[in-house]
Amino acid sequence: MIEGIGLRKYIAGRLVGLFFVLLGVTFFTFFMMQFAADDAVDKMYDDRGAVSEELKAERRHELGLDRPFFVQYGTWLMGLASGDMGKSFISGKDVFETFIEKLPQTIWLMAVSILMTLTVSLPLGIISAVKRDESIDYIIRFFSFIGNSLPNFFTALLLIYFLALKMNLLPIMGNSENMRSVILPALTLAIAMGAKYTRQMRTAILEEMNKPYVAGARSRGVAESTILFKSVLRSSLVPLITLLALSIGSLLGGTAIVETIFMWDGVGKMAVDAIIMRDYPIIQAYVVWMSIIYVVVNLIADIMCDYFDPRAEIYNGGGSAP
Amino acid sequence: MRKYHALIPFVILASLLLVVALFAPAIAPLDPYAQDLSVALLPPDDTYLLGTDRYGRDVLSRVIVGSRTTLGASLALLIVISVGGTLIGAVAGYRGGKIDTALMRLSDVALAFPAMVFAIAVAGVLGGGLVSAAVAIALISWPKYARLARGLVLQMRSMPYLAAARFAGRSETEILIYHVMPNIAAPIIVTATAHLGTLIMEMAGLSFLGLGAMPPTAEWGAMMNNGRSLLQTSPWVILSPGIAIFIAVSIFNMLGDKLRDVFDTHLNE
Repeated sequence: MIEGIGLRKYIAGRLVGLFFVLLGVTFFTFFMMQFAADDAVDKMYDDRGAVSEELKAERRHELGLDRPFFVQYGTWLMGLASGDMGKSFISGKDVFETFIEKLPQTIWLMAVSILMTLTVSLPLGIISAVKRDESIDYIIRFFSFIGNSLPNFFTALLLIYFLALKMNLLPIMGNSENMRSVILPALTLAIAMGAKYTRQMRTAILEEMNKPYVAGARSRGVAESTILFKSVLRSSLVPLITLLALSIGSLLGGTAIVETIFMWDGVGKMAVDAIIMRDYPIIQAYVVWMSIIYVVVNLIADIMCDYFDPRAEIYNGGGSAP
Repeated sequence: MRKYHALIPFVILASLLLVVALFAPAIAPLDPYAQDLSVALLPPDDTYLLGTDRYGRDVLSRVIVGSRTTLGASLALLIVISVGGTLIGAVAGYRGGKIDTALMRLSDVALAFPAMVFAIAVAGVLGGGLVSAAVAIALISWPKYARLARGLVLQMRSMPYLAAARFAGRSETEILIYHVMPNIAAPIIVTATAHLGTLIMEMAGLSFLGLGAMPPTAEWGAMMNNGRSLLQTSPWVILSPGIAIFIAVSIFNMLGDKLRDVFDTHLNE
């Protein structure tokens, strides 16, 4: 357990690191969009027939696309901080508002899939570890291996084919009114994640079981179930927090593909649509905000782990600080 | 030596896949690009073992030739990022100081992007195509190797034989190439092998979104994307490339797992 001042100093250090990382993230995102930004105006007028170069230049000026790079970056960064990320090139709506409007859908989808993942993979991981090398362990490992080797877009199509088209059990297209429509997209995300967690849980428990204190407890006659639930599981949960935070990253990416397949109206589908339309302000907002969410979630998870784990030595920089 | 025997079946399976990819045009029974609308969307039969797609192209031939695109691109990408990332990490770890700090901060930034979020955006901005997809994935995947290599180099930096090599008149660059690199190769190769399955899924995923291989190129993810609306009526168009991805990823994942097992026990001895 870390005492007051040490912890505060540590968090302050991490926040400074976070600041520089976010500066890098925003700079790179902005730079990347500038790289291709010129044909955004061309794209806008693509379907409106021939348009004079003067009109395009005027439009570029209006959007501020003709100003020097660092001026544009600075303006954009100030806007970002105040929740103003410009207007969509296509719909003309406020970018930040559009993003915030669609974010709850994505968070809902992610929450359901994390819940599905944990309810299935924690018990399976425990059974697999406790019954190591018995037939049930092999069966669980077989299925978790399969889940790990299926790309999510294929999982999605398989689920649609079997559960929705063949058996008519569940609706395919997603919307928030129908509670059941979240099941298929969430299940798609949960299958790959659950497979990974089951494996990790098994490994973590087996590693913990090999530690001397477990042998000690056994020799003192402590019941196997007491050792498992009171000691082993508790310490196995610490790496799980880190893993959970890290998988937010793949989950955020996964939602882009899954939302597109299931027509789920979240930020992932918004981003894929924006890329097809070359709607740069939307793409920028998506990349920057997803990264901010990801980095902040990881920071919180790190601090939680260090706080709960007495072994982490964050005083001398040996902890999980990069 | 016996523990290496466990690797043999997986090495054989992986080699088989690579042989198919290498000689794909010769193995494919029919022309994967020949369109004939009179035979469009036929279910699997004796001539078209996996059926035909909406342009009457043979799905089996497209899956075989597609292996070249998907596996070839993923393997090329893997080599570039593992070698590049390792070099960056080794230099950072070996030189230390400002170069180290700068390179590691850069890797912090790359790691702060959720991988696929970033890849989708970069591939989209670069305008799609296999090369853009590969660049997008490379930009966020190198830190994995850089950090691993840096850690390994830091561990061995104070080893006596490096000092000996220095006394023997080797330059720093020579030491890095002849003495440091060979000693960190094994863990890097194990990591890279285990990474290939993920890379295949990511490349195919970008193609599935229309951000990777462009039609009419036969590529597994793109084939699945083109057949999406046919799922109900002609499922073979989608299931065949999907199963191909699954098999390839499974084989490389198994090889990666086994390789890690073998080398981990080696380290523990």
